[in-house]
Amino acid sequence: MKTTVKTTVKTVEHLGRGPLGRDELAALVARDIPPGSFVNLGIGQPTTVADHLPAGSGVVLHTENGMLGMGPAARGDDIDPDLTNAGKVPVTELPGASYFHHADSFAMMRGGHLDVCVLGAFQVSERGDLANWHTGAPDAIPAVGGAMDLATGAKQVFVMMTLFTKEGTPKLVPECTYPLTGLACVSRVYTDLGVFHIGPHGVTVVETYGTSVADLASRLEVAVRPLGQEE
Amino acid sequence: MTAVLTDPEEAVAGIADGSTVLIGGFGMAGMPVQLIDALIRQGATDLTVVSNNAGNGDTGLAALLAAGRVRKMICSFPRQSDSWVFDGLYRAGKIELEVVPQGTLAERMRAAGAGIGAFYCPTGVGTPLAEGKETRTIDGRDYVLEYPIKGDVALVGAHAGDRMGNLVYRKTARNFGPVMATAATLTIAQVHHVVETGELDPEAVVTPCIYVDRILDLSATEATP
Repeated sequence: MKTTVKTTVKTVEHLGRGPLGRDELAALVARDIPPGSFVNLGIGQPTTVADHLPAGSGVVLHTENGMLGMGPAARGDDIDPDLTNAGKVPVTELPGASYFHHADSFAMMRGGHLDVCVLGAFQVSERGDLANWHTGAPDAIPAVGGAMDLATGAKQVFVMMTLFTKEGTPKLVPECTYPLTGLACVSRVYTDLGVFHIGPHGVTVVETYGTSVADLASRLEVAVRPLGQEE
Repeated sequence: MTAVLTDPEEAVAGIADGSTVLIGGFGMAGMPVQLIDALIRQGATDLTVVSNNAGNGDTGLAALLAAGRVRKMICSFPRQSDSWVFDGLYRAGKIELEVVPQGTLAERMRAAGAGIGAFYCPTGVGTPLAEGKETRTIDGRDYVLEYPIKGDVALVGAHAGDRMGNLVYRKTARNFGPVMATAATLTIAQVHHVVETGELDPEAVVTPCIYVDRILDLSATEATP
């Protein structure tokens, strides 16, 4: 018999507005990173989360190519070819930074020392399976980088993506059809239309933007529940 | 005893056809470009190259690939905005590719250097990169059995070395260098300058000299005008 757990926390539907823009989405992810966390931001859109971390948050950024305490992108005279991020973009170091070799850098991930990583995705399943490294297209050159290590190793994996492809296909799905990056590893999904938590009770909608829970439920094949009605 | 050399040709002498060559660098940071250029002139072919990427632009590893010397690439991230040399060879069926998750790539070389026969790794479980590999559940968690990658040769870009062969690195150019230096039969490092023995702070040495066979001192060629 199913029982419904009632809590006092309710899903917030932001209806009098449109979907989140890219900057707004990055700010939302930054808001949810606990102060003092050790965090790895994936290549691409996740990197922009750093621009929204509040001053004094104490968040320490890890980059897979061997650094803790990574600072913002380097400009002008600060550009140093020996100091880049995972996307090979020149960056800076902050006070308290440290450097280490690749085996140590990935031991940090695999060993469960990173609190949060933020990754992009092609698809996330309702169990938290992640597909973000390969479209599976026959002519695509496979390239995984550190995606599998991050998905498997970080204590919490946040995904940042649009909820639908440009063609309107949902990216939060019952089962991933693209090749998998990791099994049951994603705990939160931040999208332009809403924020989802994935847990033992399935997918919960925490917030919506420019749409309602009911509308999302009708457009997704995944069962999504509002907060306070987790089964 | 580490040989300190100034001639790139001497530094890469004796690398045989068919060798497995570990090449340091993450993108161009830490890539031993002068050693790779010397290897191209030296002529060894039918190589298996292990490196994080599969070449950027037209220099360094990309030039070695363009010269047709590489039979197989073992790497984590071949596809980049500037990996046109590799992309062309791959699409033409002229090069074999083994994609390995980045941390597993590093750990497989670390294992080779540390005398580990194989290890159970959680990365990649349930994905296409674990297909055909032995798996095991340990304490409720699933793992994939991964084997070491041993190099015949490692080409490493470090910052400075001393006459004994101790190496220090600079910032994120360290990346795979210290791991690869341990994992090859013949380790060759290029450095921006060589200091006298005793001048490197022993507490700061990252690659101890026991791992290093040859050092190419670039200070003469890199001297600023």
